[in-house]
Amino acid sequence: MPGLRERTARTPFHFLGCWELSEVLGRRAYDERELLEHLDEVPLDSIYFHTHSCFLRDRTLPGVYPNDFATWAAIQVRDRVLGEKLGIIDPNDVGDLESLRAEVVSLIDDHLSQLGAVPRVMFGQPFHFMQSRVIDVPTGVKVRTLREFRDALVSADAAVVYVHVVEARGRKGRRRNDFAAWMDEQLGLPELANAVTRLTPFPFGLEAVRRRVIQLCDEALGREQRGIV
Amino acid sequence: MASSEEADVQAPEPTLDDYRTVVQPGTIDMLRRLSERVRGRSLLNVSASREVGGVAETLRGLVPLLDEVGVQSTWDTLEDENGAAAALTARIHNALQGSEERLADDALDELRAFTRRQAASLDLGADVVLTHDALPAGLVEARPPEGHWVWRCHLDVSHPQRRAWSFLRQIVVKYDAAVFSLPAFAQRLPIPQFMIYPAIDPLSDKNRELSAREVDAILERLGVPRDKPILLQVARFDRFKDPLGVIEAYRLVKRQHDCRLVLVGGAESDDPEGMELSADVREAASDDPDLHVLDLPPAARLEVNALQRAATMVFQKSTREGFGLGVAEAMWKSKPVIAGFAGGLTAQVLYNVTGFTVNSVEGAAFRARQLLADPELCRRLGAAGREHVRENFVITRHLGDMLALMVTLLG
Repeated sequence: MPGLRERTARTPFHFLGCWELSEVLGRRAYDERELLEHLDEVPLDSIYFHTHSCFLRDRTLPGVYPNDFATWAAIQVRDRVLGEKLGIIDPNDVGDLESLRAEVVSLIDDHLSQLGAVPRVMFGQPFHFMQSRVIDVPTGVKVRTLREFRDALVSADAAVVYVHVVEARGRKGRRRNDFAAWMDEQLGLPELANAVTRLTPFPFGLEAVRRRVIQLCDEALGREQRGIV
Repeated sequence: MASSEEADVQAPEPTLDDYRTVVQPGTIDMLRRLSERVRGRSLLNVSASREVGGVAETLRGLVPLLDEVGVQSTWDTLEDENGAAAALTARIHNALQGSEERLADDALDELRAFTRRQAASLDLGADVVLTHDALPAGLVEARPPEGHWVWRCHLDVSHPQRRAWSFLRQIVVKYDAAVFSLPAFAQRLPIPQFMIYPAIDPLSDKNRELSAREVDAILERLGVPRDKPILLQVARFDRFKDPLGVIEAYRLVKRQHDCRLVLVGGAESDDPEGMELSADVREAASDDPDLHVLDLPPAARLEVNALQRAATMVFQKSTREGFGLGVAEAMWKSKPVIAGFAGGLTAQVLYNVTGFTVNSVEGAAFRARQLLADPELCRRLGAAGREHVRENFVITRHLGDMLALMVTLLG
């Protein structure tokens, strides 16, 4: 089998980016009960917007909490307890978006059942429900070797990481992210693929994922150079 | 040293590739790819003025870039008819932004008649027509059968005078979509409502890099010594911008830290409330040599740039605000920002990440003291602010959103 440097994929990896256009749904919540009621009714795209594509909007500076519901509860309502509870949710642990909606709803419901009064924004801003249109944009960059992949990832727009890591699993329902699948299926690197599969932007954002993938590639390439592979 | 006016004339228009120094190179490539989806399609922008205000500033940067990536982009303005349009715009916009002064009965009739006259002299044929704010909104009544029409609202219409909004709403529902700058500004409408943040141009005179020598020379000319930390607010003298609150905060800060306050603002002579406030501000500053009140013209872009770069921190202590892009300008220069909890300021200032949002004079003073005592905190917030702007509030992001809007409408 050729070394990593010479190993060439039969099918190249096409870097795909995206551009997101945000849409206001016209629903707003001033307290946690209203949030709960809207959560039951909004389209799944809105759940996705507030739990997944927030990483596209805060690429290097993920908010204090990793989803919009947690951020609103903690910052605008100043209910840090609910913020903490919502902030720990990792959509990858939940399965599909309907299950994610159910998880968020039951968590807020449970929280409210323990309170005498419904927390409400006093000095903050209401929660505005949104959704988005995500337009896929081929970057034109395609690579066949791990070295080429690593170098292209360094200068790619962070939306590339979003499409191949977040969208691949969150919206397209793939078992693992696109980077890992390609490394395994096309380059025959199951160990590297396993490590990349485990990467998620929750809670540290897309740039953290990019940095870690590059680091893992460098380690794999460095190991080979040192004759460890 | 070049004055602002000279610099405007001499500076070549930046091309999209010039922004590779500002954003990730991959972003520019992706914008070009995205533009392929709408290459050759036409986009007509119609605004009230080509010279004055934030809309004109935005379009001055955006239209050439849209053209460069292959969108046939044109920009028409409405004929002012001897100043009548500017006065009408001010009245309508004040009413839409919730001013307490009641809109006179004749204003809406006047607006309707004005738009009708203008429609006759404009070629409104384009794949996408974008009208900006209230004055050209009524052009939709004359829309040709082809083309998608979008109303772009840059105003904070979250608490409009009911009569003014009710009038405008009847017009807006004839559009295919509306675009607002913040979710809070959106209204209950039966058409899709998109949200696009406004943006700054990092290569414009207001935001481009300046050498230390340029900054020193400009501040010397403005009479602002650099011997102490500078606290700055750039905002017209309007009670919602709370310049007197900023002076109070500065005086609380001054008890512990020797510093200067620079207020850059001014008021129009036809705005009695603003003139009165301006006099109050000058009165408050009259016995304090460390308090500088500068009335700069709109063309003084380099001067504002230099002041923001010289400042230790920047205030935007508004109690009510539209989007407040001055905050993005300051953050682009790596300055921590102390901002009121209002409008678009909360989208720009991430608490304890890029600055602080505050709800009171005391809050502003407390955070200013904290920043003056902790240069490392200033550095951390400033660096994060610059990155936040790079990702969300620069013109390339705005360009991408416009292209995405066209793709969405045209399929």
